[in-house]
Amino acid sequence: MSDIEQIPVTLTVNGKKVQRFVEPRTLLIHFLREELNVTGPHIGCETSHCGACTVEMNGMSVKSCTLFTAQADGAELTTIEGMANADGTLSALQEGFRQMHGLQCGFCTPGMITRAHTLLKENPNPTEEEIRMGIAGNLCRCTGYQNIVKAIQYAAAKLNGTDIQEAAE
Amino acid sequence: MIPGEFTYHRPSSVAEAVAILVSHGDEARPLSGGHSLIPMMKLRMAAPEHLVDLAGIADLKGISESGDNIVIGAMTTQNELINSALLTEKLPIIRETSLLIADPQIRYVGTLGGNVANGDPGNDMPALMQCLNASYVLAGPDGEREVAAREFYEAAYFTALAPEELLTAVKIPVPPAGHGFAYEKLKRKVGDYATAAAAVVLTMNGSSVDFCSIALTNVSDTPLYAGDASAILTGSTLDSDTIKRAVAAAEAITDPASDARGPAEYRTKMAGIMLQRALTRAAERANR
Repeated sequence: MSDIEQIPVTLTVNGKKVQRFVEPRTLLIHFLREELNVTGPHIGCETSHCGACTVEMNGMSVKSCTLFTAQADGAELTTIEGMANADGTLSALQEGFRQMHGLQCGFCTPGMITRAHTLLKENPNPTEEEIRMGIAGNLCRCTGYQNIVKAIQYAAAKLNGTDIQEAAE
Repeated sequence: MIPGEFTYHRPSSVAEAVAILVSHGDEARPLSGGHSLIPMMKLRMAAPEHLVDLAGIADLKGISESGDNIVIGAMTTQNELINSALLTEKLPIIRETSLLIADPQIRYVGTLGGNVANGDPGNDMPALMQCLNASYVLAGPDGEREVAAREFYEAAYFTALAPEELLTAVKIPVPPAGHGFAYEKLKRKVGDYATAAAAVVLTMNGSSVDFCSIALTNVSDTPLYAGDASAILTGSTLDSDTIKRAVAAAEAITDPASDARGPAEYRTKMAGIMLQRALTRAAERANR
């Protein structure tokens, strides 16, 4: 066992307050997955490129593989587990990803939806270009991104109360 | 990939942070956004025994105007630079450059101070700070000192920053209203470091250049202030012969590595191309 002193952290994860002692070197993604059993955020590249581990921290999209849990002390986190509507129905983004076939294997999807959630809060009516730049930190190896962009456009339209385009073929 | 063990410190003042650095010497590293340091720690290429997280020091945040300077706290994130109305008005080249760094998630966390203090030749802000003739405020056990960005970089990852010092702020002289500017960066994909990049700030008086400053990213083991190229263009009308001479002078000071971004000769030529494009765009933007 390590001689290094464990440190206390308090976080709010998907509305629930959690308090734990962690080794300082514990990365946020490992804390979420292994300590809290919040396994929606995925470990993809582990090098801050792929975005599969994206979570929302204090209103910002962050890559939880490149943050120590200690840096998130006191923060409010939202993961894919916290995305559904309060009554359990799918959020506009989740519905958009289903309707527009915004996923194939699904590995990148938690990161994509969590990132898009923050993007739409900051920019409720993004252009296609803004969506593409907004998800530039999230890699998908299946879809070619077309349907992911359409899914985010679907969600933006639904949230804005405008017409939703037809579903993908 | 799990980093090695370390003791975590979270000081709430610069003095406290410096005291921790003094007591642990080069076994301690300051942690700002961590998006350079944490990946290095995961690869075990960095293994600090003490990590000094600067996030709890309120004094290191914020963007303000002080006389003829804009002062940016070291812990100001790229995202905060991008969204700053003051910078968009007075120093729009900073926003343009920040938007070319990494990706949205990393820009929420990555800081100006970390970007300039790390000494990674791939980072974009160091050359921009040389172009703008910024200076860095360094706090150490004997108080503060200022070092010009053009004097700060010694070799890759070697800078004027001593192990017991902390870079606390960046001071940038505000260029005249109506100046032209451009940061041109060639990269293989979003989020990549530059194959080559050029920063240009200039002012025009009618058809001639009143003032010009140029710096280059990632074409040597330090950022490069291109003083000769800047001097060649000053007073010119940006005619093609003068631009050719300035580009040649800028290319002459490069010394890039041959790596996955291309052979050295290619990267030198791309630095020249980025400079030409940046000059054209800066001149278009300048008030006459």
